[in-house]
Amino acid sequence: MTSTPELQPVIVGAGPAGIRAAQTLAAHGLRPIVIDEAARAGGQIYRRPPAHFKRTPQTLYGTEAARAAAVHAAIDGLQGRIDHRPDSLVWSVQDQQLDVLHGPTQTTHTVPYGQLIVATGATDRVLPVPGWTLPGVYTLGGAQVALKFQGCAIGSRVVFAGTGPLLYLVAYQYAKAGVEVAAVLDTARFADQLAAVPALLRQPAVFAKGVYYVAWLRAHGVALHSGVRLVRMQGDERVRSVVWAESGREHTLDCDAVGFGYALRSETQLADLLGCRFAFAPLHRAHLPERDAAGRSSVPGVYLAGDGAGIMGADAAEWAGELAALTLLADHGVAVDAQRANRLQQKLEKLMGFRAGLERAFPFPEDWAAQASDDLVVCRCENITAGELRRAVANSGADEMNRLKALTRVGMGRCQGRMCGVAAAEILAHATGRPVAQVGRLRGQAPIKPIPIHLVPADSPTHEEVTA
Amino acid sequence: MTQRIVTDVAIVGGGIVGSSAALALRRMGLRVVLLERDLCGSRSSGVNYGGVRRQGRPISQLPLAQRAHGIWGRLPELLGTDGEYIRSGHFKIARSEADLAALEAYRDSARDFDLGIDILSGARLRAQCPWLGGKAVGGSLCMEDGQANPRLVSPAFALAARRAGADIHERTRVDEIAHDGQFFHLRAGNTLAVRSQVLLNCAGAWANRIAEQFGDAVPMHSGHPAMAVTEPLPFFMHWSLGVEGGSVYCRQVARGNLVLGGGPGRALDADRARSDRASMAALATQAIELLPVLRHAHFIRTWSGTEGYLPDRQPVIGPSRTTTGLFHGFGFAGAGFQVGPAVGEVLAELVSDGRSTTPIDAFGIGRFAHTPVVEPALAH
Repeated sequence: MTSTPELQPVIVGAGPAGIRAAQTLAAHGLRPIVIDEAARAGGQIYRRPPAHFKRTPQTLYGTEAARAAAVHAAIDGLQGRIDHRPDSLVWSVQDQQLDVLHGPTQTTHTVPYGQLIVATGATDRVLPVPGWTLPGVYTLGGAQVALKFQGCAIGSRVVFAGTGPLLYLVAYQYAKAGVEVAAVLDTARFADQLAAVPALLRQPAVFAKGVYYVAWLRAHGVALHSGVRLVRMQGDERVRSVVWAESGREHTLDCDAVGFGYALRSETQLADLLGCRFAFAPLHRAHLPERDAAGRSSVPGVYLAGDGAGIMGADAAEWAGELAALTLLADHGVAVDAQRANRLQQKLEKLMGFRAGLERAFPFPEDWAAQASDDLVVCRCENITAGELRRAVANSGADEMNRLKALTRVGMGRCQGRMCGVAAAEILAHATGRPVAQVGRLRGQAPIKPIPIHLVPADSPTHEEVTA
Repeated sequence: MTQRIVTDVAIVGGGIVGSSAALALRRMGLRVVLLERDLCGSRSSGVNYGGVRRQGRPISQLPLAQRAHGIWGRLPELLGTDGEYIRSGHFKIARSEADLAALEAYRDSARDFDLGIDILSGARLRAQCPWLGGKAVGGSLCMEDGQANPRLVSPAFALAARRAGADIHERTRVDEIAHDGQFFHLRAGNTLAVRSQVLLNCAGAWANRIAEQFGDAVPMHSGHPAMAVTEPLPFFMHWSLGVEGGSVYCRQVARGNLVLGGGPGRALDADRARSDRASMAALATQAIELLPVLRHAHFIRTWSGTEGYLPDRQPVIGPSRTTTGLFHGFGFAGAGFQVGPAVGEVLAELVSDGRSTTPIDAFGIGRFAHTPVVEPALAH
């Protein structure tokens, strides 16, 4: 064990990537600070219920139970060896100091860092459908959080819609929990999934799980439809049905809740505020912070791991977290197992083929923007419709996201584009007839999430001082 | 392949000054090419606070501000949009009797300009602004001043100029400017070459590079306003607020958000700036003091920009000291938004008539002929 007491890296995010990074640093004699928004470490996919909850990992995580348990055991095993700070939102960064809001005490403080591992994870990639703002409509990730962390379902008769691996996983978890799943509506075609099989077989265990969910759902009488187009969600005070089209015919299905989403999108604001260089990543259809194969960002001392730097899934996040930690250590002269680092890099590179297969199996619905009607609300914070965005483009020639934001207020609300940014970029690209790669990205600006005015801390020369 | 354009007037900088100059010149029938390295109105003109006030300006600026006031009143007619401009009233707060006396003195000195300033204090103050915190002892209200959305107004001037026939090139950085004794020759990479008789330097905080090249260097420094906006709150305040002696300023937009500014942000590099932790804290403290209702509101976004400041906090407007055909319009010290449209018209008059109908003597570049470079105070 190497002891380097002068080195105390900070990890932002305690999901699979952050936990493995922390474990790796601790194993090399370091005591990293781990800052996480959640009350309990685990991240989203392995989100842990409150301590008094009785449901077993098997019930909560299904086929992922073993992995979830392993990740949880890893963080539990680090008790006393890391400085874990739950319920803590990093809302800005400046001068090598993170600005942190501690939720339960409603206090703010700064945390200085020399080395930083950014493992900020992902949220649902949302493509609005008419009616998506009705109560009872959730994202797939939101539906999963309700189930795991709050121990409740989003409704009693639920439709899951959209596309991506999470679609079937969440449907399966809900059905397992005893909720009636009225249907799974996948915008991807069955042919897409078939075509992707060779690539998906690069991760046979993961592929098998996917096949298992589908088979299980089918066996339990859940209607699975692929190649559908979501037409709208309807209801007055709450969603009461979903209308979708299949082979040109419209169908209406009663429900009291909908979980929907189109895979995930990376949370990149912190990397942006840190000054990391971004580039468009075609596989992810998003502008992402650049990182080298070992996990270094373009900013010295800043490392990127997990879905926050590109959606690769929980397994990859664990590997990337460990790898980023090993890279950080090596960069600071700590002896590490270089073979292990190489192996992790190879595993991550190998996964790219599988990841491409997933895109093939659950392709982004590229015709979404063309089909979005003018009255569709794209930005729910500011109530901005697709038509308003198109008019701004037509009237002003706006061809870039920040200009579109300035003219229309899209992405100017509390979510700062986290929810609407993807859809707005698609509308802009379609309206200007250009690839989405060319419309740019919303510039990140502090605060990463809203912060109460009275908690904005004074700039104190003494670190770690609570100023509220 | 280089596009070559011959024009009457070349303008560098597509902020509110350059764009309104382009519009005014087109209305005079002159040929105009405007070169903007980014998007028109995307820099200081588009990210500032959005105050449209005459009150509080140096008396020397009031003729310009009055002229601008008339233009602001005709925005829909000129631009085809109101840019969310409203004459909501601008209220400058006094936190002491001395501040109040200063506001009264300003009212008296500006009497010739008919700003319609009304001093409020005591019971009238509390009755008219129940939302005001206890620190305020009074204030000066200019009902005809107001606010607008700079994100909309500044690009709209450029669009209007384009519609009027100005040849506007965005994302076009000028790499080289030469003068052959008769014509200016501007080059942007190897894509665009412009030849013009007249050159307008409206490049904002970056204008000194051009001025320097023509022997017109001025002691200009960059400043970065710290800006923030809250989530939407129930609407409670029509006026745009300022404070005598500086510090915080804020306004509430129709949507309900409060836009706040005050104190310096920080430069990220030569082109970009952000709000600053210390400034945000000061802003938060002062804003709550001024408007206690803000205490539990959230900041949802902060930002900054890059502005040019001269030591006397007055702009440079007028002809070059050295080069016939070169005119400057820059250095507005964070207060160029309201006067910008008038400055555009003044520059156009200088080009076409050689003189302006609005007095601009105070802004001549000659005032820096022998001034040593000094650090300006960046207080807002």
